Amino acid sequence: MSAQTLYDKLWLSHTVHVEDDGTTLLYIDRHLVHEVTSPQAYEGLKLAGRKPWRAGSVVATADHNTPTNDWDQGIKDPIARTQVEQLDANIKEFGAKVYFPFRHRNQGIVHVIGPENGVTLPGMTVVCGDSHTSTHGAFACLAHGIGTSEVEHVLATQTLLSKKAKNLRIDIEGAIPRGVTAKDLALAVIGRIGTAGGAGYAIEFAGSAVRALSMEGRMTLCNMSIEAGARAGMVAVDETTINYLKGRPYAPKGEQWDRAVAYWRTLVSDAGALFDRQVQFSAAEVKPQVTWGTSPEMVLTIEDRVPDPDKVKDAVRREGMERALAYMGLKPNTPISDIMIDKVFIGSCTNSRIEDLRAAAAVVKGRRKAANVKLALVVPGSGPVKVQAEKEGLDRIFTDAGFEWREPGCSMCLAMNADRLEPGERCASTSNRNFEGRQGTGGRTHLVSPEMAAAAGIAGHFVDVRQWR
Amino acid sequence: MEKFIVHNGLVLPLDRANVDTDAIIPKQFLKSIKRSGFGPNLFDAWRYLDEGQPNKSNEGRPVNPDFVLNKPLYRGATVLLARENFGCGSSREHAPWALHDYGFRAIIAPSYADIFFNNCYQNGLLPIVLKASEVDQLFHDAAAFPGFRLLIDLGEQSVAYADGSRRYRFELDAFRKYCLLNGLDDIGLSLRHADKIKAFEERRRAEQPWLF
Repeated sequence: MSAQTLYDKLWLSHTVHVEDDGTTLLYIDRHLVHEVTSPQAYEGLKLAGRKPWRAGSVVATADHNTPTNDWDQGIKDPIARTQVEQLDANIKEFGAKVYFPFRHRNQGIVHVIGPENGVTLPGMTVVCGDSHTSTHGAFACLAHGIGTSEVEHVLATQTLLSKKAKNLRIDIEGAIPRGVTAKDLALAVIGRIGTAGGAGYAIEFAGSAVRALSMEGRMTLCNMSIEAGARAGMVAVDETTINYLKGRPYAPKGEQWDRAVAYWRTLVSDAGALFDRQVQFSAAEVKPQVTWGTSPEMVLTIEDRVPDPDKVKDAVRREGMERALAYMGLKPNTPISDIMIDKVFIGSCTNSRIEDLRAAAAVVKGRRKAANVKLALVVPGSGPVKVQAEKEGLDRIFTDAGFEWREPGCSMCLAMNADRLEPGERCASTSNRNFEGRQGTGGRTHLVSPEMAAAAGIAGHFVDVRQWR
Repeated sequence: MEKFIVHNGLVLPLDRANVDTDAIIPKQFLKSIKRSGFGPNLFDAWRYLDEGQPNKSNEGRPVNPDFVLNKPLYRGATVLLARENFGCGSSREHAPWALHDYGFRAIIAPSYADIFFNNCYQNGLLPIVLKASEVDQLFHDAAAFPGFRLLIDLGEQSVAYADGSRRYRFELDAFRKYCLLNGLDDIGLSLRHADKIKAFEERRRAEQPWLF
């Protein structure tokens, strides 16, 4: 057999049936479900008189529109409450392997709880009605977001109709400088290849810098694949992967663990495997990143200045930049480090894991939030992340600095709950999208790493965290 | 699935690249547990000058007169002309639901985000890919000729001017085409392979029991 990429292996090992034109019925191992994109799928199932093919593949939680404070008071927004209760009812009726409902001690962001509980395992196909499902690719899974009709299709058939993507390898080599994180690597990649650069591809992140990342860092990197246009991003299995999974609640045990590990070690691209495209990065050259516009590709380093549209020839691009600058309330040539902020958000499926909170806390420790910063929110990714952080005293570091310590959920990443920006407010955010209105109508989002968000919260404007003392 | 065979429709040009699904249907409307009723809030933040709320009428809201959807010229448009990477971002199927509910039956763009592209097919909304130069020509002519219409023929895989002066061919997967032309239900089609799925699953259960 010819040399295969990791993606080729995952694809072939899940192929059930292929149509003449290559449309493939792909077997799905793990189906993650949340309250926002599933109700219509369950309703469709009911209307057609169908049952889930394998309810044991379903892992569900409520995360998108749940509140992050006053949990004892339940969900005040009646429309959001209905949606969360609908999920409770659907799981009760149709079943699941694991369900962490609102206020359960293990509840959290769907992309945090999967790996944390060992329900995301190498070699799986993982789908969810959420584009950031690419996160799970960090475990050498074929993981990507699907629409609600596809959620229904997976529930009913345990398969997905899919066409094979092309292979893209992104090599990031060398040592990652201090103050530079997986988030900065992800934004630098998007800045280079663009938000459509990965469209039609499955990305494999490789190279010594990726190997050196923790699983948390790899999840951050794979999470942002979709922001580069690729549905799926992945990293090959190594000791870091295996060590992370050992002892997780739903990871295999005993003899099965040994068998699983032996198989997982094969989940790497073969030497000489062909990629349709390869892109190389030097980690040493990556600097802390800050987005300035309304698309993740509108990104610069902390040393740069806001760009000038007059210097851009292409009309569609120039108008896009002008519209972004107007929306963001920024003037060309302003130093990024002069941009004052109103709010800070540390959280989301991109950056809400324990490592992210430790890094942000290290920056904040012993300092106070700047007077111009109205709110600095820290939202852990899950119940267990919150408990661990509290055990380490991180919550006190944040609250002593005037930051708010909240309950887990998606929160201000998409502002479906009460956590949001008001029109015109500017936010240093560790989330993944800076689209118009993403964090609240008229809100202005700058995507950064947890360290950079924390430092901006203390200084009141963006600062170079590499010089933080 | 809703059938798509031929369609003759008024073209609405949306001249922006990287239009994301948050813009197509903002998050506050995602709290609905229904598939319908999203059309009135399609592009809500661009269409209105205030913030829209779910389960509330749009009556009396201040309209943004500069946004193309609000121009009387394009009332009744069913073909959306767009730029590259249309539908990027969130996987929300509410985006094609909103476009379809508003009245769109086809989109023409040089490229789409992958998840959005798939979601369209589930909802009787045909995402057509044309060359960037062809899309440029369409934008030019949509601006030059008020009431500019296009005739889309899925069987022929063609987009043609009403007067026959231009005709562009587009590609799509044969399987998708077959499903759309016949209005076939994906799930029903896939379940024809239920025995194969079962056999695959049993083999997997034996080889990798930790997955089950």
